[in-house]
Amino acid sequence: MRVHLAVYARGLRRHSTYRAATAAGALTNAVFGAINAMVLLSVFEARPQINGYDAGDAVTQVFVGQMLLTVTMVISVAPSLDLAEHIRTGEIATDLLRPLSLQGWWLSQDLGRATFGLLFRGAPVFAVGLILFDATLPGGVGDALAFLVSVALAALVGFGLRYLYSLSGFWILDTRGVWMVTGLIGPIAAGMLLPLALFPTAIGDTLRLLPWASMVQIPTEILLGKDTLPGGGAFGGLALQAFWAVVLLALGAWLSTVATRRVVVQGG
Amino acid sequence: MADTNVPARSGPERPRVGDLLRPFRDYRLLAWTWVRSAAQYPLSMILMSLAVAVSVLTQAGAVIILFGHAGSLSGFTVYEGLMVFALAASAFGIADLFIGSVERLGRHIRTGSLDAMLIRPVSPLIQLAADEFSPRRLGKVVPALVLLGVSLAGADIEWTVAKALLLPTMLLSGVLICGAIWVITACLQFFVADAREAANTLTYGGQALSEYPLAIYGAEIVRSVTYVVPLAFISWQPALFVLDRSDPLGMPEGLRYAGPFVAVLLCVCAALAWRFGLRHYRSTGS
Repeated sequence: MRVHLAVYARGLRRHSTYRAATAAGALTNAVFGAINAMVLLSVFEARPQINGYDAGDAVTQVFVGQMLLTVTMVISVAPSLDLAEHIRTGEIATDLLRPLSLQGWWLSQDLGRATFGLLFRGAPVFAVGLILFDATLPGGVGDALAFLVSVALAALVGFGLRYLYSLSGFWILDTRGVWMVTGLIGPIAAGMLLPLALFPTAIGDTLRLLPWASMVQIPTEILLGKDTLPGGGAFGGLALQAFWAVVLLALGAWLSTVATRRVVVQGG
Repeated sequence: MADTNVPARSGPERPRVGDLLRPFRDYRLLAWTWVRSAAQYPLSMILMSLAVAVSVLTQAGAVIILFGHAGSLSGFTVYEGLMVFALAASAFGIADLFIGSVERLGRHIRTGSLDAMLIRPVSPLIQLAADEFSPRRLGKVVPALVLLGVSLAGADIEWTVAKALLLPTMLLSGVLICGAIWVITACLQFFVADAREAANTLTYGGQALSEYPLAIYGAEIVRSVTYVVPLAFISWQPALFVLDRSDPLGMPEGLRYAGPFVAVLLCVCAALAWRFGLRHYRSTGS
């Protein structure tokens, strides 16, 4: 566990060196958030209620999405975990020599990155949403805690998915195709393109149960205290996220052992 | 001797028509080598083009869903909204196809490959723009143009000869405006190497903004994207022109004809920015 914490801390510090890039990224997220929010506001001006969502809910979802973008990396059309590149180049040999599991190493490092991103890129972006667009804040201490847990689970789900995308490299070597396809599905299914409430009900309800929704849609609904969550409340939403986190990480752990048994590192 | 009457051979200072076309020929040659290199992996190229095309169609799907819920936005119906989207997507797509690679300037500076470009006998801007020219970006352009055709056919437009002639001109102006914005924002990377993502707020952010009827953003934003960063001439003003709509924000009617002039002006600005940036470029060293 101590090693994991040390790797986590290094991951956090590593990303803290790119200050200008972090500021530029936050600016980009804020601008895109503002554009999407204004588009949705004009839609809700014409029609104040759509499937239980109102203008405030939609704007909040936009900024939760932009805040969690850097935590979950839900929009990655190119490999966003160095693991994919390590598998392709054979650097994976070094990773396999480390005194902790392959998944444990990458998870610790990625959570460090996610924590830094949430604090210094995500939080300022959400603050922009609060100030300019009146995004909703959690109602009380309990709601705030539930939302924080939900964000942590979203980070785990985001990592779990990207770890699996990367692992596919053990079988197909070049994972760019996988990333491209999942990069198309991810933002739609997560509620990043549009809140899932705006889709036809059957589609929206199906997408809500898939793992991608746990990265934007479910955390937003927990923040807003929506009764569309499974079980009708925050607890059901957290349970759904935890379910996907456990399934994805377990699948990742199992596939890692299968993959490393058949790994042949090319070259000397 | 009769020969004395023959004027001296024209020196290198006298430009010829061929010289004016040279950047285009250089570009075509460089781009063609990249196309041939991409064609070595035909399946990958086709799949990636399809993926890009699907992503454009997804965005269009979002436009249709939103207009479907709202009925109309700023007086624009679904087809008219789709036309605004398609105009913006086409202009940005075509500009991206030809000159989008300039956004990688920061990487070329970091790795030193810009130095290699500077010693070759071809304009560095041409080399930069043609770098990794990829036919897969057609995946963006083709569906956008198809959507444009569909929406123009579906929207209620009274066609005149002037409109049929001016619409392509306005699309071309839009392409030039997008390209110029791409070059100007890339030049920022001469000074701030990490600025690529901030530049995206103007390039991709500009595209996202102009994909919807601008009036929904309110008067202040429309004024700044008309007079400061002229995004309004990419999709908004051409749409008002084709639909014979008066400006809902009461801006001058003449603006809808200003696109071509704005485009030329902005291209001059881009050329100046590029020269200024290149003159202040200092290599990262060995």
